[in-house]
Amino acid sequence: MPIQIFFLIVAAITLISAVMVVTVRRMMHAALWLVLSLFGVALIFALLDASFYAVIQLIVYIGAIAILVIFAVMLTRRVMDDDAAQTNKNWWVALIAVLVVFGGIAATALSWTRLQVGPGIPPGDSILVDFGTALINPQKYAIPFEVSSVLLLAAVIGAIYVAVDRKGGKG
Amino acid sequence: MIPLYWYVLFATALFCIGLFGVLTRKNSVAILMGIELMLNAVNVNLLAFWRYLYADPTVEPTRGLAFVAIVFVAASAEAAVGLALIISAYRRRDTVVAEELDLLKG
Repeated sequence: MPIQIFFLIVAAITLISAVMVVTVRRMMHAALWLVLSLFGVALIFALLDASFYAVIQLIVYIGAIAILVIFAVMLTRRVMDDDAAQTNKNWWVALIAVLVVFGGIAATALSWTRLQVGPGIPPGDSILVDFGTALINPQKYAIPFEVSSVLLLAAVIGAIYVAVDRKGGKG
Repeated sequence: MIPLYWYVLFATALFCIGLFGVLTRKNSVAILMGIELMLNAVNVNLLAFWRYLYADPTVEPTRGLAFVAIVFVAASAEAAVGLALIISAYRRRDTVVAEELDLLKG
């Protein structure tokens, strides 16, 4: 099977499940469609020779964030009736705005001649070694990388602080 | 081979679907799901440009990968804090509907 057809199939599955995420009524179904959509994005990463990020996508997004979303849906379950309207009354305004944004970006992108280039040389495995050393090299990305790890630590501690149940009320 | 603009159009479509979800959904958890879709579209874009343009001798080959790592960290932090806020708001106000969280309304 040529790789273009594979790309088109994966892209179609990802986009259709993304549309399901934003339109289905039941929140739990939306969360499961989100998992399928994230998996499609992981396949796209693999197609881009970024196998490292394909695996990271599976571990971080599907393994952690999607599970977190599913837990949040379960914890806040009884609030919204699954049969009630899940979208605003003004959803058609948002649809028009989104279509305008899509048309604008697509027209700009297609008119940019540099986008017609073919792919570069396949990166090979040595790029991962270079990437790992660049992340701890102070001349390169050591400071942004450490700052982002501090951000993540602060976010995790903040999340625990915000979500903790101080009064021992209903859980 | 797959042309670069296929990836760009795919990422644009994914971003716009996520944006639609953010603009229309009432449930705050669903709004966060839309944000996750938008961040994924950004990562697809970054990795596509890295893959197609990194052979350019003026660009350092690992720059795109480092960008994606930081976007991943920001996305995880955002998901953790966002869901914690939603659960906290649910405890206090008994709702996750964005329209009903109007504590700051004058």
